[in-house]
Amino acid sequence: MIRRLVRFLDQRTGTAPLLKKTLRYVFPDHWSFLLGEVALYCFILLVLTGIYLTFFFDDSVAQMTYHGSYTPLDGATVSHAYASVLHISLDVKAGLLIRQTHHWAANVFVAAIVLHVLRIFFTGAFRKPRDLTYLIGVGMLMLALLEGYAGYSLADDLLSGMGLAIGYSVAMSVPFVGANLANLIWDGPFPGSSSFWPRLFIVHVLVLPVLIGGLLALHLVLVASRHHTQFKRTARETERHVVGIPAFPGQAPRSIGLMLWVFAVLFLLGGLVQINPVWLWGPYHVGDGTNGAQPDWYLGWLIGALRLVPGFDLTIGHYTLVPNPFWGGVLFPGLVFGVLILWPWLERKVTGDDAFHNLLERPRDNPWRTAVGVAIVTWVFLIFFSGSADRVDVLLGIDYATQIWVYRVAIWVVPIVALFLTKRVCDELVAGERRH
Amino acid sequence: MTKLKDWLIAAAVLVLGRGDPPAREPEERIVAAGDPDRRAENVVLLLFLLATLAGAAFIVVYALDRLSNQTQWLGLSIGAAFALLALACTVIARRLVVTEEIAEPYPEESEDAQQEIEQIVEESGSRFTRKRLVTVAGAGALGTIGAALLVPAASLGPLFHTGELYRVPWRRGRRLVDESGRALTAADIEEETFYTAYPEGADRELIGAPIVVVRLPLSEIRDRKDWAPRGIVAYSKICTHAGCAVALYRKPTFAAVEPRPALVCPCHYSTFDPARGGAVLFGPAGRPLPQLPLEIDRNGHLRAAGTFSGPVGPGWWGVRMGKARS
Repeated sequence: MIRRLVRFLDQRTGTAPLLKKTLRYVFPDHWSFLLGEVALYCFILLVLTGIYLTFFFDDSVAQMTYHGSYTPLDGATVSHAYASVLHISLDVKAGLLIRQTHHWAANVFVAAIVLHVLRIFFTGAFRKPRDLTYLIGVGMLMLALLEGYAGYSLADDLLSGMGLAIGYSVAMSVPFVGANLANLIWDGPFPGSSSFWPRLFIVHVLVLPVLIGGLLALHLVLVASRHHTQFKRTARETERHVVGIPAFPGQAPRSIGLMLWVFAVLFLLGGLVQINPVWLWGPYHVGDGTNGAQPDWYLGWLIGALRLVPGFDLTIGHYTLVPNPFWGGVLFPGLVFGVLILWPWLERKVTGDDAFHNLLERPRDNPWRTAVGVAIVTWVFLIFFSGSADRVDVLLGIDYATQIWVYRVAIWVVPIVALFLTKRVCDELVAGERRH
Repeated sequence: MTKLKDWLIAAAVLVLGRGDPPAREPEERIVAAGDPDRRAENVVLLLFLLATLAGAAFIVVYALDRLSNQTQWLGLSIGAAFALLALACTVIARRLVVTEEIAEPYPEESEDAQQEIEQIVEESGSRFTRKRLVTVAGAGALGTIGAALLVPAASLGPLFHTGELYRVPWRRGRRLVDESGRALTAADIEEETFYTAYPEGADRELIGAPIVVVRLPLSEIRDRKDWAPRGIVAYSKICTHAGCAVALYRKPTFAAVEPRPALVCPCHYSTFDPARGGAVLFGPAGRPLPQLPLEIDRNGHLRAAGTFSGPVGPGWWGVRMGKARS
């Protein structure tokens, strides 16, 4: 039976030698190598659930009077887009399950990518010959952030409208060309013309997913062509030999099992844990806003940055050059991604290390990289947490303005402390090993 | 009858039988050998059975009409089905599949091929005498075509018509109406509360349309007293920082120790002073909230006495040079 199938394939495609090689492709074993896979499986589920949602979604912001099954909004003026999301959530059987699973998968997708990037960074897996693979990965992270933002903007509920207003302001703040750029994207002043919504929709369901999918394919091809990195556990693992379990039979049930676990968790979350109940937020209108507005977690760092920057525009006399949202909305993410993108080359320049690296470093083995990495992560996460200061004010009663001032100082002090502390911890760990 | 029995037994043997007859062992194994583990096999069979049941439960739950908490039951059943299947895979991976460790050399760079490619490319161009010029000319042509293909993107929106950004629907004499379209009178506006108003008869979905109206004791108004009849002040509702609606009004409950009344944007907590022409008190906004001068007509209705003190909404390069206009 197997022989017949393989013969059929081989006679028509000539792929038996490749298939044989693929079956025995070596996977080094470490739990942290699974993070990228989790992201991959989230992406698969996002595409599947997303296709289902497109069958019901209406991308028009033409206004209508709502008379659907959610009676508290009866008679409200809403867009067709918003009404269709209510319809998916409340009337379509299994619609809410699929929509919530889609939203959860998006959150886990970005989380898995971020953890994956951190793993790659702190173990030095981005070094030659995998710098290109790394770069594509960072590119996918940027696209994933945009994709998530486009996705939850589509619902045209109150929160998504507020998010789009902020996105519009950030686009406007780009020096010199901001207003032109925003005019192009929105087809006129905010909230834009009726063509903006179909644009946002096609970007979310076609342009970005195809880009992510293409980069993903390239990423995997590059990973496979250079083989995986590995930790040196025994004398067998060297820079020249990769040691691990074969794709088949060893790795296959593990990977399929992981995929099924990811699906299980996401469907359980989608069914049991409410996310983004848009019917409660209500429709968006330019003059409406609400307190306690928080975006999906992966935009928290940008909200934090936008909130922390003191209130100033860059001006010459009365001439505005750079409006405030630029600092938190463009400069800050630009810096973070700039460092991420350039890091392999920066490190090569500083260390002069141009060699091939197939063996991973433990974080402690490269104390300066680890220390700088921890400092940057601390910086970004403090800014991320500052985005929740309003919730802390409500929940714990700590004055908002006081918190903001503390953060404004802490984001510069704590990362420096973290830098030296991490360096010290790494050195001590290595010294401790030497003593034994 | 006996024939049926024979068939049943045959079927049972087929289904439950002790597996395939032992396959011919090839002379040399590729995959490392290992002992069978019947217990793990039984566990996997059980998990497959349970996963089947959970999958079937999803179908049943889906088919039911008027089931309360249907979303939760659907998620639970399909999630359980995947979890059980995942568990089966985990058991297979850990107990049933041969665990073997193999090694393979890492791929290395092929210097010969690199050199040959370089040679092929160089030799292919040997008939060109002015390689550089041809390359530059070709790149120029390609680059220009590329730029030409990008130009239609300018049709996406009014690229250079940024003047529209200054346009607001307010002008002198326009009445203030509330959300339901009712004209607001000065008597409607009480102290310590917060009103949203729109220009009568205009599109409300313009950034320049919504305003906030609050009333302060006349003695507390510091700037532009003539814009605030009876202490009623109006400001654009759109935050000058990032375009959200300024939807919060900080009103001291015990004025002796608490800060002055303020208009607050819930997005990034830019805080504006309604007594001082919308000056920024705290937060990231770089410009004051544009103020709309008010007047009260003979019927007591609130009307705009002009247009905003500055451009409405988020800023851009050169924003302050222009004025809001109707």
